[in-house]
Amino acid sequence: MKFKDYYQTLDLKKDASQDDIKRAYRKLARKLHPDVNKSHDAEEKFKELGEAYEVLQDPEKRAAYDKFGNNWQAGQDFEPPPNWDAGFEFSGGGFTQTDASQFSDFFESLFGKSSGASHARGGFHPYEGFQARGQDVHAKIVITLEDSYHGTQKTVTLSRPVVDQNGRVSTIPHSISLTIPKGIMEGQQIRLEGQGSQGMGQGKNGDLFLEIAFAPHRLFTIDKRDIHLSLPVTPWEAALGATITVPTLGGSVDLKIPPGSQAGKKLRLKGRGLSSTTNSGHQYITLTIVTPEPKTDAQKKLYEQMASLMPMNPRRGMESSSS
Amino acid sequence: MPDTTQPCMVIDETISCSLRQCCSLCRINAQMIHEMIDEGIISPAAGDNPQNWCFGASEIKRIQITLRLQQDLRVNLPGAALALDLLDKLMELQSRNENT
Repeated sequence: MKFKDYYQTLDLKKDASQDDIKRAYRKLARKLHPDVNKSHDAEEKFKELGEAYEVLQDPEKRAAYDKFGNNWQAGQDFEPPPNWDAGFEFSGGGFTQTDASQFSDFFESLFGKSSGASHARGGFHPYEGFQARGQDVHAKIVITLEDSYHGTQKTVTLSRPVVDQNGRVSTIPHSISLTIPKGIMEGQQIRLEGQGSQGMGQGKNGDLFLEIAFAPHRLFTIDKRDIHLSLPVTPWEAALGATITVPTLGGSVDLKIPPGSQAGKKLRLKGRGLSSTTNSGHQYITLTIVTPEPKTDAQKKLYEQMASLMPMNPRRGMESSSS
Repeated sequence: MPDTTQPCMVIDETISCSLRQCCSLCRINAQMIHEMIDEGIISPAAGDNPQNWCFGASEIKRIQITLRLQQDLRVNLPGAALALDLLDKLMELQSRNENT
């Protein structure tokens, strides 16, 4: 287990006031909220922020954390010293609105586990005959463009809070294997019924919503269902036309470059985008022309011959009108 | 060992939910949907009265984001509406930027 520097997480000095902590948290929460921040680690950072705030906003927990926190650096291997919390009284149940069941082992080793569902919708505690449906869980799943192009099977592992009979929560890894349908798009969701948080009593489990995100691709960019590729060609391929082998998500295909093509010309490979059963996507190829660098005299001569044989002004119409 | 493959529902552009289905999927009551419509956060993808309203994937997503912003950032409905509009704008600018 690694030591977590909660002050560092909130970008604060150790002598920050409770008001500073609140302000720093609110500011960072707005910045890191996974719905607002599209970077792939936003979800994780937002959780860490919630955990740091959970400790520092509570003067009791903060005092206890400060007691040994001075001697540790973030990321250092950490075991809580025995009886480290002697002399501190935790009133217990003082968890904020954040989802404390998602907190780290580090947090749990210090402050114990909160009853995950207790704070969620107004302080429920399980008792005989009580029922509550488990909370829905939202998570992001990062897949490759190839996964969507072909459709695939994936196993995702999430930590799932489980409430025992005494209302204590522990997290257990929960593996779910699911089908990624062909042609799924970024931002679309897969709902797995009953795979969210555990219900209490006879209450049903919540649902799990997995939102699709694409890992960046080495070659392609994506716009909804369409795949875009920037394809470098030589001047003679562009001028004379050529058949070029082009990568697609489904493997290489031959593409005809028409003679007289210019840089920026867009070509389409029909159906080579992310196609589902009802909608098709295409691959768009934009040509870029790469000119070889003349190194020998003969090569320079060839460029000069081109200049005299094929004079052209590519900047026609760009002349400044004032001069 | 992983479970066997779970039955799932894909919330994509083919989905069309009635008001009742939308409430159950997002776990909110119809009143809240009405309030979000009044605020301009969503508008039914089809239908001219609540009995035949249809909601699609983008409405469901906007409802879910609104609920999370409300819960996590204590944003009220007009604030969530503003945030969603700005997020749309941001996404549009980012994708335009990536494609140039």
